[in-house]
Amino acid sequence: MPTVRLTRAIDFSASLRYWRDELSPAENERLFGRATARHGHNYRLEVTLRGEPDPLTGMVLDLKQLQQILDAEIMERFDHRDLNADTPYFEKDVPTPENLVQVIQRILVAALPDGLLDRIRLEQDETLWVEVVDGEGGGP
Amino acid sequence: MIELTRRYEFPAAHLLSQPSFSEEENRRIYGKCANPNGHGHDYGVEVTVAGPVAPIGGCIIDLRLLDAIVRERILDRFAHRYLNDDAAFRDLVPTAENISRVIHEELAPVIRARSTARLVRVRLRETRKNSFVYGAIE
Repeated sequence: MPTVRLTRAIDFSASLRYWRDELSPAENERLFGRATARHGHNYRLEVTLRGEPDPLTGMVLDLKQLQQILDAEIMERFDHRDLNADTPYFEKDVPTPENLVQVIQRILVAALPDGLLDRIRLEQDETLWVEVVDGEGGGP
Repeated sequence: MIELTRRYEFPAAHLLSQPSFSEEENRRIYGKCANPNGHGHDYGVEVTVAGPVAPIGGCIIDLRLLDAIVRERILDRFAHRYLNDDAAFRDLVPTAENISRVIHEELAPVIRARSTARLVRVRLRETRKNSFVYGAIE
């Protein structure tokens, strides 16, 4: 069977700020500028799976199952939350798109069937997005 | 590996005409893009970089730096200009293919010199129907 890629998108909204407690306020301001103030984004997450369709169902992964995983693992954790206060991932690290997409990658690698995750694209707004191009990691 | 893409826009005019071709040849090859008084587009530029994520800053490149580089090297130079007048297009027809290449060649060494990131590719969106990529294929 040929390999097929499928992409499912979800939208979530969250508040955040960039701040590292071990740095002085002046150093935080210098590093992060306006992002030191609490603000929010409407994120779009596109998750791409890659695999051979099951010969009977014709599906790589049932989209209902994928949506359930995305609801439980991503929406539940991040949607209408504060990334700093309501999640355990940014007590030290700042919630840049680069760091957030790596957190999402770790969550999805653990939650999805092995070998399916191909790419993750996280769009912060129309002018900025990041993409993990080696879904399960291990790349440079 | 993570790639980061930032999108910019600049409005500019251009005219597609190869001086070594006859007027009829230019008309045949470039069609209405060879209309002698030129025309314009709102160009979208998607700049994709990759590199290590800084442990403290959490970023591949400081966006303020990337924005400043693109503003200085591309937007200030090309926005609201007639591209055919630019030195880069003195001997080069300003097709979207060539514009994307010029932007890539302009940005790559500056990004490399001023950050730990490297330019992966430039996508130039000429209209909502046409886009062009110069650099590593996605």
